[in-house]
Amino acid sequence: MTSRSRIALGLGVFFLLGAYPVWNGLASSADPERPELARAVDSAGATGCIEDTTWMKANHQKLLNEWRTSVVRDGQRTWVSSTGTSWDMSLTGTCLKCHANTETFCTRCHDYADVQPTCWNCHVVPEGGQSEGGQSHE
Amino acid sequence: MIQNVLHGGRRYWGLLAFWGVLILIGGLAYSHQFAVGLQVTGMSRDVSWGLYIAQFTFMVGVAASAVMVVLPYYLHDHKAFGKTVILGEFLAVSSVLVCMLFIFVDMGQPRRVMNVVLHPQFHSLMFWDFMSLSGYLLLNLVIGFLAIEAERKGTPPPRWVRPFIYLSIPWAVSIHTVTAFLYSGLSARPFWMTAILAPRFLASAFAAGPSLLIVLALLVRRFGGFDVGARAIRSLGTIVTYAMAVNVFFVLVESFTAIYSGIPHDEEAFRYLFMGLDGHAALRPWTWVGDALAVVSLTGLLIPKIRHQERWLVLLCGGVFASLWIEKGLALVVTGFIPSPLGIVTEYAPTAPEIAITLGVYALGGLVLTALYKLVLNVREKTQLA
Amino acid sequence: MNETRRGFLKALGLTTVGTGLGIPLLRALRPGSGTVLAQVSGPAETAPAAVPGRQWAMVVDVEKCLRDDVRAAVIEACDREHNIPRIPDPKQEVKWVWSDEYGDIFADQINAHTPAAAREAPVLVMCNHCTDPPCIRVCPTGATWKREKDGIVMMDMHRCIGCRYCMAACPFGSRSFNWRDPRPYVEHDENGKPLSDFPTRMKGVVEKCTFCAERIDEGGEPACVEALRQVPGAEGALVFGDVNDPESEVSRILSEHLVMERRPTLGTGPNVYYLVPDALPALAAAPSAGVDGNHPVSERGEVAP
Repeated sequence: MTSRSRIALGLGVFFLLGAYPVWNGLASSADPERPELARAVDSAGATGCIEDTTWMKANHQKLLNEWRTSVVRDGQRTWVSSTGTSWDMSLTGTCLKCHANTETFCTRCHDYADVQPTCWNCHVVPEGGQSEGGQSHE
Repeated sequence: MIQNVLHGGRRYWGLLAFWGVLILIGGLAYSHQFAVGLQVTGMSRDVSWGLYIAQFTFMVGVAASAVMVVLPYYLHDHKAFGKTVILGEFLAVSSVLVCMLFIFVDMGQPRRVMNVVLHPQFHSLMFWDFMSLSGYLLLNLVIGFLAIEAERKGTPPPRWVRPFIYLSIPWAVSIHTVTAFLYSGLSARPFWMTAILAPRFLASAFAAGPSLLIVLALLVRRFGGFDVGARAIRSLGTIVTYAMAVNVFFVLVESFTAIYSGIPHDEEAFRYLFMGLDGHAALRPWTWVGDALAVVSLTGLLIPKIRHQERWLVLLCGGVFASLWIEKGLALVVTGFIPSPLGIVTEYAPTAPEIAITLGVYALGGLVLTALYKLVLNVREKTQLA
Repeated sequence: MNETRRGFLKALGLTTVGTGLGIPLLRALRPGSGTVLAQVSGPAETAPAAVPGRQWAMVVDVEKCLRDDVRAAVIEACDREHNIPRIPDPKQEVKWVWSDEYGDIFADQINAHTPAAAREAPVLVMCNHCTDPPCIRVCPTGATWKREKDGIVMMDMHRCIGCRYCMAACPFGSRSFNWRDPRPYVEHDENGKPLSDFPTRMKGVVEKCTFCAERIDEGGEPACVEALRQVPGAEGALVFGDVNDPESEVSRILSEHLVMERRPTLGTGPNVYYLVPDALPALAAAPSAGVDGNHPVSERGEVAP
């Protein structure tokens, strides 16, 4: 076997391995079941989410990052939504007021999407909510 | 050219396997550290840097020392170094790699390490160290590979690489200067806060690096059948001698200021090293052994009759390297934290996982160095046959 | 002097337009790198405007803090407020405010004849929130910085990479590193929840006293100062206020008394001041036991294994 063909073979194997998610996805025809997420608990005074569901689904992670920077680094806590409502920029104080159950709201979908945010390594889930109890997602 | 790295004899593969085993053990230890945190090390609230940062500091010196062959060869046309220069450059490449890995394994949150470039802080020396090390790695990779490629083809290296070679000379000095500045700008640590730290670092680097290079060159001659020439070894020996003499002088100068002035904070660190402080003396035996080695090796080196015999030279270089490793790779970092700002002496000793990770990082450097030197040997073999 | 140095460092940074500068430039130029909802929403503009030139400071009345219960109340309040882990190994301890010996804290102020009892007198120490903090100068990521609006030296636990350069640079030993996951060592209630809503930290980041910035942002005062209001006779043991406001209580104390700060010759400009007793016997008479008054064991909660 010449080096040329050996290299070609190696590259081929590498490519096949690298493309695992693609051909694995193609091979398994069945759509994985979409997770059932807990509905928000009504809380006094809250008139729905800070932005509409579609937008939140796509952008909540960026928004939370922005809130984090704003609160931690700029000491700025008030955020105004597109409808002009003011909110306190707080994951546990605002989001979790309604989405009280982190297990059925956050974790279920994050598991489905296979992402491991580390929020609950540090942030404390308020009374009534479920969390992984400080187990770190490594 | 690069595929040649995969052809070799039993001894070559044996060496690679040896590195591989050490890397594997180190990797396992690191995955443990990654999972449970730096609690697996011997570091503490008071001694917050240990073996990793010390090895980083020491190896920056080895990396910078490539300039000791590059400068005479390219600036002074010192022909004897013709065959040594590539060994020096590839030693620099693997050393910088080792340095970066040591910084990495020391991070509490390694996944966030890119924050250093995402949120650069120009007032932090750590940022500048990161930049200068990356630049130095790149410079030596480019220069080294172009040189070896040119040799393979039997042509001179491309002209455009000359400026980069000249640039690599001050750059080598800069990487170790910036590394010294990491320490010498801290008012909290009197042991480090001395203007002579950067010159001292350079002197010890130019002694330790060429010492290692001499040993490597003799190994390559013995096992690889490639001779850099007796004149090159002799020149390197002279460089080691002068650099070591300057380093010992600098250490004495520094000790004088600290001890004669008698300012407790400055003096205490030296007292800890040589005699122990508050009943703690973990580094005392190391200090004495290191200093004895330094004195004996330097004395031997200063006598030309001894220095010019390769048998003795290897031994003396080993002594120089070991004594400088104790000075910089062991004592320098830890002693900076003793006593703590609150006057407490907390001692430090590396733990087994810490040592395993350290050996693993060195083994990775050894692996890269072995492969790079193999590359050099292959090319030399072919050009000699042709 | 400090301004000159800062200027110099800035110039040093600017002249070297290297790779480092390239990335933030690229980030700034990259379209859509602004706020996610820049068009429709964003941080409120009606936030209370920061008082310019404010610098929070603390005065520790050393004599009043000689009482064990006063120091215990301070440390206890801080531990609870910030979910500080109680790690048994002193080498890996996390401390925000703690008590240490007078002779070690003010090593430059004692002499061969200082009575042992005075040397060993317990004094509260915490982050000094320096005017020119070396920790910030060395931080490679900006994870620690000085708030312009009120001079608090902050920590961003989200950004810290755990290099511990700040710990090497701090001349006061005020910073702690999380050598391990602190959660299991945080005091918790019967449901396994930490006592406070303050986020616990994760392994591998550095932390320290923040003057309770989160409470100050909501118009409150540091937890330690608040806790002392419940301790009879502890009034004025800790005084917190704006040192740049000539009307503040802190300013009044500083103008009427000779106060000390830690290691003034290093030029970091600590903003924690120490009001020392007029007469030495006050210090010397202090109970020297219980100096190791860190993390007093609470009976209300337990530390998880």
